Amino acid sequence: MPHDDPDHPHALLPPEPALRVKALETILTRKGLIDPAALDEIIDTYQNRIGPQNGARVVAKAWADPAFKAALLKDATPLVADLGYYGRQGEHMVVVENTPQQHNMVVCTLCSCYPWPLLGIPPGWYKSDAYRARAVREPRKVLAEFGVHLPPETAVRVWDSTAEIRYLVLPMRPAGTEGMSEDELAALVTRDSMIGTGLPKVPA
Amino acid sequence: MTRVHDMGGRFGDGPVRPEPEGAPVFAEDWHARALAVTLAAGALGQWNIDMSRHARERLSPKDYACFSYYEKWVSALADLLVETGVLTKGDLRGFSENGEHPLAQKALKAEAVQAALAKGGPADRPSNRPAAFEMGQAVRTVRPSANRLVDGGHTRLPAYAAGARGRILKRHGAHVLPDSNAHGLGEAPEPLYAVVFPTSELWAAPENPADEVVLDLWQSYLEPA
Repeated sequence: MPHDDPDHPHALLPPEPALRVKALETILTRKGLIDPAALDEIIDTYQNRIGPQNGARVVAKAWADPAFKAALLKDATPLVADLGYYGRQGEHMVVVENTPQQHNMVVCTLCSCYPWPLLGIPPGWYKSDAYRARAVREPRKVLAEFGVHLPPETAVRVWDSTAEIRYLVLPMRPAGTEGMSEDELAALVTRDSMIGTGLPKVPA
Repeated sequence: MTRVHDMGGRFGDGPVRPEPEGAPVFAEDWHARALAVTLAAGALGQWNIDMSRHARERLSPKDYACFSYYEKWVSALADLLVETGVLTKGDLRGFSENGEHPLAQKALKAEAVQAALAKGGPADRPSNRPAAFEMGQAVRTVRPSANRLVDGGHTRLPAYAAGARGRILKRHGAHVLPDSNAHGLGEAPEPLYAVVFPTSELWAAPENPADEVVLDLWQSYLEPA
């Protein structure tokens, strides 16, 4: 396969990005290589069906059920698959637990690897140059930009997703949630708390 | 020397600007179309995930820096389609005959989407390469960070972690080696490890000496330390 073609073929498409996508979609559709109805189905899946609510169910269950939590931290993939959360970009899941001693935070410095079946499509900031460049070198300054300030005695461990392993942070269960149901607990779990750039909501 | 995508540790990008939770998954309609076209074209089976990552990384540094996220996706997709012979440059110019393509039988149909997304593409494989490192063992990453099979090729050892000393934190089993798979040289599975590095190994001025960075690294990226 050619490796560094100085004349990138993409330059033959319209430069304006929306038109570039439309042009490519039209060419592929006319040749029968893609089905516009399949595109709609893909978009509907990631816009409406798969998102951080999935990861929140896993976190809430781990908070409520110590045996599930222990098994989840040992080998997450089969457990989350049993809950229906498996598939593209979630084939190899590892769950990492926040404690008073250690805060975990996930990044992909090389591209945008992210656990799709549990969190959906990554937000724009996760894919931004600023997050990719800085999360590994100055995680505490980055966390401060999310309004998270950790005590110096809490060590930060940043997970750079360089392979096909996908990481989900298990945040600490907030105080004052004793006796809550899994549904009530799941409502406290934010997307960012499962990336490690946020903390769960505190019950009102 | 690696490529423009390898930006971990870089200075000068300014603040992270988090958008609120609950913001639309796709900020623009064309972002959604770009993602869907890319996934649907991938289902034609003419390339693997490592080739598609490398196609984005091979955008010229100028394009990579000024293209938005999905602009990179769709531009790299156009490049891949031509490189693999699925489309011609004439097709992209708009001078093509319509009519059924030889690969049209492989086109992803709407009713097959859920199964295709749910199936995923696991990267673990049986391997005859025994694991060389034990849990907790001290290792050092190779330096420079580079593909040793293809000069300028795809690799997943970020430059910021080249030549750094860490220890084995997890053993993930054997996984497809991107350095080989991105170039059609076979999956070449080998043991993959999570390796933890103290920040003092990576940065001149670490924020906090107790902090750590973990990377998933293949056995051939590592030496005993």
